[in-house]
Amino acid sequence: MTLPPFERFYDEHKEEIYAFLVRRLGRGRAEDAFQETFLRALRAYPKLRHGEHLRAWAYTIASRIAIDEHRRPRADADLPELASLDGRPAFAQLEHLADELPPTERAAVVLRYGYDLDYADIGAALGSNATAARQAASAGIRRLRRKERQ
Amino acid sequence: MSPVSPELDRRFRDAAATEHLLDVAYDLVDTPVGLLLVAATERGLCRIAYDAEPEQELERLARAFGVRVLRSARPIDPARRQLDEYFSGGRQHFDLTVDLALQADFNRRVLRELARVPYGEVVTYGELAARAARPGAARAVGTVMNRNPLPIVLPCHRVIGANGKLVGYAGGLERKESLLRLEGALL
Repeated sequence: MTLPPFERFYDEHKEEIYAFLVRRLGRGRAEDAFQETFLRALRAYPKLRHGEHLRAWAYTIASRIAIDEHRRPRADADLPELASLDGRPAFAQLEHLADELPPTERAAVVLRYGYDLDYADIGAALGSNATAARQAASAGIRRLRRKERQ
Repeated sequence: MSPVSPELDRRFRDAAATEHLLDVAYDLVDTPVGLLLVAATERGLCRIAYDAEPEQELERLARAFGVRVLRSARPIDPARRQLDEYFSGGRQHFDLTVDLALQADFNRRVLRELARVPYGEVVTYGELAARAARPGAARAVGTVMNRNPLPIVLPCHRVIGANGKLVGYAGGLERKESLLRLEGALL
């Protein structure tokens, strides 16, 4: 599938990405995060080689920005840090580990264990549903375990 | 669930243009000759389309200039303002930079000559060919007019047949007539 003009990508995903950011951050912070998500997508867009998994890609960017937003110190909130190993954020390690998984499993694993999305959101990101997302994530984890043993 | 507000949507579209992240910005401009799709790159105006099917037009722009095609009003504002002035009779000359980088040399030369044909005057295809240093290339000039990427701003409506007939117009003869009538070139 060839990469669609950015307008179409934006138009297709803006509502659900905004709703997702409102759930994660609340309305006040969702607006800045929304703009940042699509500006970041715009910067990276010409480097994409095809138009597949664009929804999951958009959720990955939005999740990363939501995490950055959470980390930003705020006077009125005390938010827990996400688990990290060796001082590196968990998602960076996972993304590297999951690199060789098939795209759907990779997205499910990264979004579930790297970004802590629930299965309903992951299902939305993958264009399927919570059950399929749970299956993709556990298939991905099984595959990673097998690889680890090899 | 609340949808993306028009303000937030506009803020993103403005920011995308201000940060120079777009290959092509476009918007729709309402005029007496219909809704126009007007597009610009960072280099200048690159497309004015009559009766545009947005899907197809966006694909075409993406193929020609790059995939970062986004509707964004701000970069199109100067063209919108000048088109408004033109249609209300207050402007005879467009002061806009144009992006003809993708045009073949001959086409570019003809389009540059075309831009010099004054408001309210007409030339024949043959005359325009001669001005572009290719006398006898009237037919080729006709093809360039037919594919003019920037109708109205590059005034191909001012080019007519040797017999005084309007001949043709990519946007339809009716529009050619109303543009010439607006300019007082037709009674």
